[in-house]
Amino acid sequence: MGDYRGVDFYGLDDLLTEEQRMVRDTVRDFVSAEVVPIIAGHARDGTFPLELVPKLAELGVLGPTLPEEYGGAALDDVCYGLICQELERGDSALRSFASVHSSLAMHAIFAFGSEEQKRRWLPRMARGEKIGCFGLTEPDHGSDPAGMSTRATRIDGGHSLHGSKMWITNGTIADVAVVWAQAESGVRGFLVEKGMKGFSAPEMKGKLSLRASVTSELVMEDVEVPEGNLLPGAKGLGAALACLNQARFGIAWGSVGAAQACFEEALAYQRTRVQFGKPLAGFQLNQAKFADMLTEITKAQLLCHRLGSLKSAGKAAHAQISLAKRNNARMALDVARTCRTMLGANGILDEYHSMRHAANLEAVYTYEGTHEIHTLILGAAVTGIEAFR
Amino acid sequence: MKLVACVKRVPDTASPVRPAADGRSIDLGGVSFVLNPYDEYAVEECLRIKDARGGEVTVLSASGADASKELRHCLAMGADRAVLVKDAAVDRDARSTAALLAAALKGMPFDIAFFGRQAVDHDNAQVGLIVATLLGLPAVAEVSQVEVGSGAVTVRREAEGGIEVHEVPLPCVLTAQKGLNEPRYASLKGIMKAKKMQIEEMALEIPDSLLDVLRMEPPPPRPQGRVVGEGAAAVPALVRLLRDEAKVL
Ligand SMILES: Cc1cc2nc3c(=O)[nH]c(=O)nc-3n(C[C@H](O)[C@H](O)[C@H](O)COP(=O)(O)OP(=O)(O)OC[C@H]3O[C@@H](n4cnc5c(N)ncnc54)[C@H](O)[C@@H]3O)c2cc1C
Repeated sequence: MGDYRGVDFYGLDDLLTEEQRMVRDTVRDFVSAEVVPIIAGHARDGTFPLELVPKLAELGVLGPTLPEEYGGAALDDVCYGLICQELERGDSALRSFASVHSSLAMHAIFAFGSEEQKRRWLPRMARGEKIGCFGLTEPDHGSDPAGMSTRATRIDGGHSLHGSKMWITNGTIADVAVVWAQAESGVRGFLVEKGMKGFSAPEMKGKLSLRASVTSELVMEDVEVPEGNLLPGAKGLGAALACLNQARFGIAWGSVGAAQACFEEALAYQRTRVQFGKPLAGFQLNQAKFADMLTEITKAQLLCHRLGSLKSAGKAAHAQISLAKRNNARMALDVARTCRTMLGANGILDEYHSMRHAANLEAVYTYEGTHEIHTLILGAAVTGIEAFR
Repeated sequence: MKLVACVKRVPDTASPVRPAADGRSIDLGGVSFVLNPYDEYAVEECLRIKDARGGEVTVLSASGADASKELRHCLAMGADRAVLVKDAAVDRDARSTAALLAAALKGMPFDIAFFGRQAVDHDNAQVGLIVATLLGLPAVAEVSQVEVGSGAVTVRREAEGGIEVHEVPLPCVLTAQKGLNEPRYASLKGIMKAKKMQIEEMALEIPDSLLDVLRMEPPPPRPQGRVVGEGAAAVPALVRLLRDEAKVL
């Protein structure tokens, strides 16, 4: 189908099973045919391609790792990583949608929800009929969510939620928000539904990054949330952080997809663009850029594959996930910026993809734990001394 | 309805194709293989007929190479059965391929055997029609629309300057034209389901190839194009060259 082949200098395809390759190729073809042609327009207009949601659902990329009884495809972790890689090859906004919907919202319900909550939400979310979001960050609490000010007060038959969340991906288009709030018993997760009295989710405008993604505020003015919407298994901030680990794993893979897209674009461009009588790719300065980028992409891919094996074996420590998220998001950002330079003036046009990826990756660098926060997580893992405060 | 789609594993046309050192085959280094795109239309059409009217879709391939990936792709799209006729040769001519497939089809009752109009490797566009001849069945090549009635199908094919409409009694053989439909993506659930399915292997007597490939050579490089000017100003020079040099006017 598409001509895009990705970067596989170390023959890492050999590490994949036949199904993993099929999953990757299927999502790759889908992105080539359905995403690449339309994504620049959406980024320009600042709109999320909602029209893709039913197609993504039919393909099976929403909640793909969940068991079939909840509408998933029971895929393994490496398949999930490959899905993220291919979606983000199209645009980080699309991968962000999928990460938040699947790894944060669906995962929270699957891991911490009651059987009734799972049956009510998960199959419909897998079919794309209901969209999920995940509200942890607040205007005054970003890197340090433990200090959150959203409160859940006990009332007859449930809780009353008061407070606001910010920077919430999918917020405005979501039917269900997994909202984290401080209750008497500590931090708890609640399923806040679209249309509940006192709940609104206005979209944040003016983003220069992830323009094809919806980012919103969640405003809760004494929203009465029935007992049945409290996630029974989510007790304490650890539950929220466990969801983030799922999503960060996907970001580590996704970033590599964005980097590969830029690399391919710069390579194709420099092979054909002639200056000083020969193709740009023939100059040593440019070849040094390609050599460095190829090396960094390959190293990042190796991190993903090993992390995938660790995660499949249930052995991926959160600091190991941090290392991959931290390295790969920064790697991709560097690669995207370099590729942008290699396209010359064309590189600033949205007809080309590298600058859009670079702008997107600024947000990827910051969300799901900023680069600096992951540095501190690794610092603590290495030294045994926490340096967060 | 019983539907059989005959499919072939072919080199991806985006792969570089070069003659191998023996000068008689293709250098397989760096070549990736895919399901023949025309066959994908055939599989999709069978699946659509099954979706509308019920039945069973079998995909059938004769291959000397490992075509399990391509067959699994069809299973992941939704086919019910995959049958692989193990061939001794990796490559063979259209006539003997058709003989092999016809022998396989004799053992599986069907209403429609669907082929792609051609495989994008040799581009012969023969196998489906030879199979029909060997089985003594009616056939229509390059169909662009299929309507299933009772005991017959009505198919359309584009012909020069118009559209032919044929009514064909079942069982029959059809070959798919590009654009017959838009093949679905294999769903991820389908891929997992296909993983658990068995590919049935069939051993048949292997016919001899009737064709010997003596030599394969890359086509001569195309001469460079020439720019004679730009815009309307270039027209007189172009007309002159087309008349005097190319002699096409
Ligand atoms: C597009 C987008 C989508 C998002 N989607 C979601 C979502 O769906 N759900 C959700 O809950 N959140 C979401 N976020 C929020 C994101 O996770 C936070 O922005 C992130 O955690 C950082 O918080 P902050 O922006 O408040 O930065 P701050 O915490 O204020 O940090 C500002 C700067 O200070 C640094 N810093 C902070 N603490 C320290 C320290 N101890 N030592 C050294 N440096 C430090 C940071 O690294 C950063 O460079 C999203 C953000 C963006 C941009």
